[in-house]
Amino acid sequence: MAAILEARDLHAFYGPTHVLHGISFGIETGGISALLGANGAGKTTALRALCGMIATRGEVTFDGAPIRGKATEDIVRCGVAHVPEGRGTFAALTVEENLRLGAYTRKDKAALGGDLERVYHYFPRLKERHKQQAGTLSGGEQQMLAVSRALMMRPRLMLLDEPSFGLAPLLVQDIFEILRSINREEKVAMLLVEQNAAQALDVADHAYVLETGRVMMSGTSAAIRSDDSIRRSYLGY
Amino acid sequence: MNLGWRTLGLLGALVAACLLPFLLSDYRIFQLTLVMVYAIALLGLNILTGFNGQFSLGHGAFYAIGAYTAAILMAHYQVPYWATLPAAAVVCLGAGFLFGLPALRLEGLFLALATLSLAVAMPSILKYRGIAELTGGVQGLVLFKPDAPAFFVKAGLPLNQDQWLYFFTLAVTIVMFVLAWNLLRGRVGRAIVAIRDQPIAARAMGINAAMYKSLTFGVGALYAGVAGALGAIAIQFVAPDSFQVGLSFVFLIGAVIGGIYSISGAVFGAFFVLFVPHISEGISRAAPQAIFGAFLIVFMFVMPVGIAGFLRLASAWARRRTHRSSPVRGEAP
Amino acid sequence: MEALLLQVLSGLATGGIYASLALAVVMIYKATHVVNFAQGEMAMFSTYLAWQFIQWGLPYWGAFFLTIAVSFVGGVVIERAVIRPFEAHDALLAVVTVFIGLFLILNAMAGWTWEYTLKSFPSPFPAQAYLGGYLSGHQLGLFGVVLATLAIVYAFFRFTPLGLAMRAAAENPDSSRLVGIRVSWMLALGWGFAAALGAIAGIMVAPLVFLEPNMMGFVLIYAFAGALLGGIDNPWGAVIGGFTMGVLENIMGVYVVGTELKLTVALVIIVGVLVVRPSGVFGKAVVTRV
Repeated sequence: MAAILEARDLHAFYGPTHVLHGISFGIETGGISALLGANGAGKTTALRALCGMIATRGEVTFDGAPIRGKATEDIVRCGVAHVPEGRGTFAALTVEENLRLGAYTRKDKAALGGDLERVYHYFPRLKERHKQQAGTLSGGEQQMLAVSRALMMRPRLMLLDEPSFGLAPLLVQDIFEILRSINREEKVAMLLVEQNAAQALDVADHAYVLETGRVMMSGTSAAIRSDDSIRRSYLGY
Repeated sequence: MNLGWRTLGLLGALVAACLLPFLLSDYRIFQLTLVMVYAIALLGLNILTGFNGQFSLGHGAFYAIGAYTAAILMAHYQVPYWATLPAAAVVCLGAGFLFGLPALRLEGLFLALATLSLAVAMPSILKYRGIAELTGGVQGLVLFKPDAPAFFVKAGLPLNQDQWLYFFTLAVTIVMFVLAWNLLRGRVGRAIVAIRDQPIAARAMGINAAMYKSLTFGVGALYAGVAGALGAIAIQFVAPDSFQVGLSFVFLIGAVIGGIYSISGAVFGAFFVLFVPHISEGISRAAPQAIFGAFLIVFMFVMPVGIAGFLRLASAWARRRTHRSSPVRGEAP
Repeated sequence: MEALLLQVLSGLATGGIYASLALAVVMIYKATHVVNFAQGEMAMFSTYLAWQFIQWGLPYWGAFFLTIAVSFVGGVVIERAVIRPFEAHDALLAVVTVFIGLFLILNAMAGWTWEYTLKSFPSPFPAQAYLGGYLSGHQLGLFGVVLATLAIVYAFFRFTPLGLAMRAAAENPDSSRLVGIRVSWMLALGWGFAAALGAIAGIMVAPLVFLEPNMMGFVLIYAFAGALLGGIDNPWGAVIGGFTMGVLENIMGVYVVGTELKLTVALVIIVGVLVVRPSGVFGKAVVTRV
């Protein structure tokens, strides 16, 4: 299967600090990959680098076209939805307004109603609260909102930064189930950044293990899950 | 070695300053006197905004208070001109300190807003009928330039009014500048700058930021007040409409163009704001303002440290060049 | 009692002007966290343009709408050309100095183009007085125009996708980029809107005072006071604050301090609000983390 996103020798910098040292990875069209590693390994930085939010060097292509060096909003308009660390919801706006903003760049506005319904089908709780201010939602609901907003873009690729963060274990399972459905039904490729390696490996086909800005190991989730030494050294379980 | 050049330069400037009144026309002497008056005011603004980081758009209001203090004392109470300066200083120190107290809670933008409102409201306060007996209302007050002390005539050096006022102002200017230089290079000066750069760290180190900030506001106002008093004497006239908000803008312009982070910047700025209108008024009434506005924007973009900052950078660059071409033995190039 | 009510009504009419300008100021503040000190001069310049269009023979309402359109474009251009280069500058001194520079240039350009002589500006509303002579036709008409304007602005931001995008960009620029919003253009549009609002305020106030380069100084200070009173980051607050300042101006002027100290009233309110409750009546109190 072709790769929808490919990063080759990607370097990233926070100001003068060199944080990613030439990492390479790829995501298959319609597949799910995971970026794993301990705190500070550079996982969030990698997502930010893909979206052009920080200074970078190297090569990144989306669907064959180069996107490195482009502005965030232009990369997003190519079909990349980023669910950031901390969810990034518009706290002062309502749930529905947040969702509509997800569809901001879509040309086919007529399909909006149908898309909203589909999103509410995945997350009925959002429908209940659709007139509520997003800032008053619980952590789990905000996560649902963030994923839904990304969905409203009808993206080809979703970047998810720690979707399990701060959520109760049962809720985490629910969300990952839904992510799997979205991937299957909407044919959206996903790149998951997770500290909760077990959950991520359950859902992803392929995984990369990062440590201090370098790729230490890559392989299918099955391979990484079964490798005891990797699990113990890098994934903490 | 550089210190030697600087001192030589200052001495040279001083000598030139003392000789000029005997070579120039009375009008030119008057203009130079005003340059010095503005330099004192700008120095106050540099201390407050440049060194202490408190953004004041109301400097002209304190200048007005100083001017009116001097005028009221001279016109109504026959106070001799030289005594009005300490009076204006004290009044403005108090007024500045009092305004600085509530202003303590105002950061940057909001302090600018509050001081701007003060500047805008000042003319109407000065025109207020309730105090018109004292202030002269809309008409203002007329003053008289002092004569040179008889001592000079007897010593065989007849100075006319303009020349005497020039030397008097020069003396006051030197005193004010030396005081500022002393203040800023000592502990107090370092505290003032620390509060600007790292207010939280400064407080954590035990500096009473609130007290320093209010005091600095008072000091800035004091300088404006002394300048105002001198200006009133030189122009021989105070009226509410002379102190509109434009004056505060002119001070800001002078400070920024001259170099708001330095002492010498006050002098460059004063020359700029006095002579640009003088030269450009002939073009049109609007020209000085347009030039001021354009210079503000361009300088902020290209040279935020002002003329003084630019000269400092240039001399440092020149020094590095000469050292590199002739390295002193034992010193790394 | 009746006189007081009429003072209040008359104050509401002029308050509409302060409300419009206050809304313009708050719009830019919400998006950039800086107060546009040149908002009044931009409005003044727009008013001169309207005057010029009328001099050239355009009917009043034609000139009105043309000026709004030109001002909108002008606001966008100013943001792109003058303000944008300083977007990265953190230093407050730089930003405010540029605003002051803009203030001076606009004032000088108006003075140079149209001279400093006072001009009279026409009103499209009937000259007769209503309600026993206390409210002029212009004041009533002004009130109507302001209400219509505010309603349109509200509807735009509340119900249109572009309005939603602008609100999002002001609230959270990073997340806005992540949904594909070109944040920096939203900022430019915000300036356009603010300029258009200012133009309306200027055109409405000009028949009441004389048209001259310094005419907006008073209005701007009252608009600032209204914006602060209502909450500098709250558009509703700005509008309510503006209307309040209009009423206060009249009440204070007639019953308390007389008309001479009107600016002092604004000064007291500005300093008072900033010291007692900087977030204003309706604003959100901002807690700075150390």
